[in-house]
Amino acid sequence: MSQITDLTLAQLKQALDDGDLSSVEITTAFLDRIDSLNPELNAFITITHEDARKAAADADAARAKGKASAFAGLPIAHKDLFCTDGTRTTCGSKMLADFVAPYDAHVVSRCQQAGLISLGKLNMDEFAMGSSNENSFFGAVRNPWDPSRVPGGSSGGSAAAVAARMTPLATATDTGGSIRQPAALTGTSGLKPTYGRVSRFGMIAFASSLDQGGLIAHTAEDIALGLGLIAGHDPRDSTSADQAVPDYTATLSDSLKGKVIGLPTQFFDERLDPAMRQSMNDVLDVFRSLGATTVEVSLDHIAEAIPAYYVIAPAEASSNLSRFDGVRFGYRAEHPKDLTDLYERSRGEGFGSEVKRRILIGTYALSEGYYDAYYKKAQQIRRLIKQDFERALNQCDLLFGPTTPSTAFVIGEKTADPIAMYLEDIYTVATNMAGLPGGSFQAPLIDGLPSGYQLTGPAFGEGAILNAAHQIQTATDWHTLRPESL
Amino acid sequence: MSLTSDDVKRVAKLARLGLTQAETNETLTQLNSILGLVDQMQQTNTDGVAPLAHPLELTQTLRADQVTETNHREKYQSVAPQAEAGLYLVPRVVE
Repeated sequence: MSQITDLTLAQLKQALDDGDLSSVEITTAFLDRIDSLNPELNAFITITHEDARKAAADADAARAKGKASAFAGLPIAHKDLFCTDGTRTTCGSKMLADFVAPYDAHVVSRCQQAGLISLGKLNMDEFAMGSSNENSFFGAVRNPWDPSRVPGGSSGGSAAAVAARMTPLATATDTGGSIRQPAALTGTSGLKPTYGRVSRFGMIAFASSLDQGGLIAHTAEDIALGLGLIAGHDPRDSTSADQAVPDYTATLSDSLKGKVIGLPTQFFDERLDPAMRQSMNDVLDVFRSLGATTVEVSLDHIAEAIPAYYVIAPAEASSNLSRFDGVRFGYRAEHPKDLTDLYERSRGEGFGSEVKRRILIGTYALSEGYYDAYYKKAQQIRRLIKQDFERALNQCDLLFGPTTPSTAFVIGEKTADPIAMYLEDIYTVATNMAGLPGGSFQAPLIDGLPSGYQLTGPAFGEGAILNAAHQIQTATDWHTLRPESL
Repeated sequence: MSLTSDDVKRVAKLARLGLTQAETNETLTQLNSILGLVDQMQQTNTDGVAPLAHPLELTQTLRADQVTETNHREKYQSVAPQAEAGLYLVPRVVE
């Protein structure tokens, strides 16, 4: 058998079910790997050694008695914006550096009920604002493929931890690309479900009409297993969809014969990097060899997605982040001279510079006299984008394109220029604006670094996305490639 | 539309966000470049397009009007910077 930490979640589950491995062996192997790699990669903010070891022993005991739940004893790690009762939840911010949530996020409870063991909390851009994981109060995360490069963001810790085999499965969140972009830059699989598919209860809010929780893993199969656990209605999130959760693993093996893959012309115009185009063509060749056909479609308003996103997301963020006031929880400035001083200094000292920028943009866009020019205009464009997707998806089953414009960039390369950083998400933000499910999966390496392709489906079409990606992963080995140094 | 240093101070005041002078200066340049990006929206004709507030456009579901929550005050206040006797403490507001 290969090394324990090389196995996928599905393989680990099989080994547990067959009695070839115990949960203590599995948990110890991953914790040891975290301990050896985390000092360099910085993917974890908090490692819960003791809780994990105890849960593993309990899971083995339950299995011995035949009383274990289906996923008992398998490892997972949570992005540090999912609240965990008893373990600190920092959201990558000084504001919450010592915050211990008084309850578990819905996603965390569902994982726990299924028996998954949390190894710890994963690094991220502060309040999920960023595309490089350089905006964390706890330091940048490094890309396991090349530690001088970023792993993407905001779920950079989740992606790096999976890529480095520190956990087989990680939770993540995506507001404008924060699952798909880091998955693409680290050679992992990542899925942002349909808005409302997964409860946002206990997920620290960034932009509430765009945020959605999802997963990063090695394979579409592992995501199918995990999504079955975390998806579904939760009365504590009034935007969570009251819609049955299908067995996502049951359709993984469906044939792609006759499926139609839509290629948005705007994703393949002359601006697309030639190496990325080659990588996408290699993936499309496999789709065609599996019996799928392709058709050109158009997303006419895709160019306006980033400008409109940088009104809507900051506007919602400026409202959501007003709760961090130094009074009820989180950081409080020392020796405030009055209440205003307490608010202003607690927020001024507690938030990092990207978070401040977005609060200011959002506050400005929502301030008196600017509503029509900014927020209303952005919401009108949002409808045009949604209509574009509806038209395009009437002509095909899934949309296909690159996840990112290029492979992972060097740490520090884009920090001085917010606009360059925002354009990292040029292919991903529109999906969030339309509330649709999107996944990023491994495409061929470019000069030794991972690239990713993106599939976008109709609302609640997660099964079709995972089926297509699984079929590609069955026919290719791109998802098994790993950094040479590890 | 271009912001001035006074605009940044006014917006920061609205957001109750303390900025140092150096931060104000640096932020000014960056906010203006972000607003330049955002202003690309104005080229799009949106006449007669209804704003989309929410991707699913669902109606809010209602639940039965029954008490389901129990009192967690003590636990919730245990994470407060300063709380006493069930109250959050802040600097004196009324003299």
